[in-house]
Amino acid sequence: MSAALPRPDGSTPSVPPVTSPSSTPAPQPAPSSATVVLGEAEIGRALTRIAHEILERNKGGQDVVLLGIPTRGVPLARRLAARIAAVEPGIDAESVVGSLDVTMYRDDLHQQPTRSIGTTDVPGDLDSKVVVLVDDVLFSGRTIRAALDAISDLGRPRAVQLAALVDRGHRELPIRADFVGKNLPTSLTERVRVLLAESDGRDAVLIESTDEPTGGAA
Amino acid sequence: MKHLLSTGDLTRDEAVLILDTAGQMAATQAREIKKLPTLRGRTVVNLFFEDSTRTRISFETAAKRLSADVINFSAKGSSVSKGESLKDTALTLQAMGADAVVIRHQASGAPHTLATSGWTHGAVVNAGDGTHQHPTQALLDAYTLRRHLVGAGGAQDPSGRDLDGLHVAIVGDVLHSRVARSNVQLLHTLGAHVTLVAPPTLVPVGVEAWPCDVSYRLDDVIDTKPDAVMMLRVQRERMSSAGGGFFPSPLEYTRGYGLDARRLAALPDHAIVMHPGPMNRGLEISADAADSPRAVIVEQVANGVAVRMAVLYLLLAGGQTPVAPQPNPNRSAE
Repeated sequence: MSAALPRPDGSTPSVPPVTSPSSTPAPQPAPSSATVVLGEAEIGRALTRIAHEILERNKGGQDVVLLGIPTRGVPLARRLAARIAAVEPGIDAESVVGSLDVTMYRDDLHQQPTRSIGTTDVPGDLDSKVVVLVDDVLFSGRTIRAALDAISDLGRPRAVQLAALVDRGHRELPIRADFVGKNLPTSLTERVRVLLAESDGRDAVLIESTDEPTGGAA
Repeated sequence: MKHLLSTGDLTRDEAVLILDTAGQMAATQAREIKKLPTLRGRTVVNLFFEDSTRTRISFETAAKRLSADVINFSAKGSSVSKGESLKDTALTLQAMGADAVVIRHQASGAPHTLATSGWTHGAVVNAGDGTHQHPTQALLDAYTLRRHLVGAGGAQDPSGRDLDGLHVAIVGDVLHSRVARSNVQLLHTLGAHVTLVAPPTLVPVGVEAWPCDVSYRLDDVIDTKPDAVMMLRVQRERMSSAGGGFFPSPLEYTRGYGLDARRLAALPDHAIVMHPGPMNRGLEISADAADSPRAVIVEQVANGVAVRMAVLYLLLAGGQTPVAPQPNPNRSAE
């Protein structure tokens, strides 16, 4: 019976297991088929650029709240908040960042094994704030749709914007990102993996080829 | 996990997962908008053959907060009072498309029969059967214990942790109590040490095989400084007369096993007082104890909704495919 349940999601970015593919649910691809498309330096530069773009677009960091989508979106939101706090005086990184779990708002719960629920931790009130959703990979757009539903249950922000480290295309809904780290044209048989130092021990974005098309869940 | 019939079926990891999920559910219940769309389109039937207010309302609230449709069925005023069998009732519910059946029955084992007979394809949740099991009550008790006593007295997030090292005294009518049976198994699985306290007449035969200690003297157990005292209701309806021959008189029972102001003062400062309700004030628990700030009895009711939301979510939200043992580490790839 224990095998019939998922383990609690390690949504707090601590205790990194050994690096990467050990945590892949699908059959593990051969390491040789994985291509590194972004390294640590590129990820750092992309996040710095996104942080400045957020400040430019919103004419400063006033009222901006960064909500990371577990699991990988949360450390990305923290990094963006730290960069924003570094250039904008008077902004405390801790007080503008939070996490938004969308599991209970997904439209594919019945098609998937039971998912464990991550933490939702919103800093203060969202009413009339500018919420920037942060996720690692933008794919079908369904996660973001779920996130928009989740936000509307929490409050009424003045605006919602979207930042993604990687946009891999194949949108299934009319959703686009406001801030993109890198556009990665991919085939559906490829798998995009984001590794972050907080959870995986190193920073990298990988493309792996698989035999089967990846489903449009994210 | 297809059904929830007994806490004896739960592994430590499953029990901790339910408590962690309940923690996230409880967080959503602090919001202005408490309803979640998670179980939209699913139907939950509350099949209650025995009177219950709080458990039925708690399950109903939990299912509605997750947007499931709820059908309440109580035996009184239904075709059961015309002699319909459990099987025919279950077949009727199956024909109506019940995704989950929450059943309370006066016969021990009725939920097990319902789950294994093939009469219904839905998930079966035991909401109390005879003197056998009441698993969601034990889970909400464990959740309440963990919230108050694990992680520096509730100062830290207890997610992922069990009840290792806690000492819980369960006091009163153990013989008739499904709550005690469920709690002994679950708290043992979670690493807590349980001591049952009851007059010898209210200790069931075969208790030696349970993973707990048994004592006949409440004052001795309070001297051992338990972390929590769980008072059980004296189930007068399951006894024939005043004490049913189980104890000489209510006053005598109160003297030996009631939690009064004196015994409350003798407990350690951090200890909490629990009661599954409904309370017999003045019999097993005095008003002093029931209304003291250390009593978490009202909070147990609130936690019951979160725990039942977690159970319904874990039983109903997923698809039919077998579940991989990993968490979803790689949302990016899905």
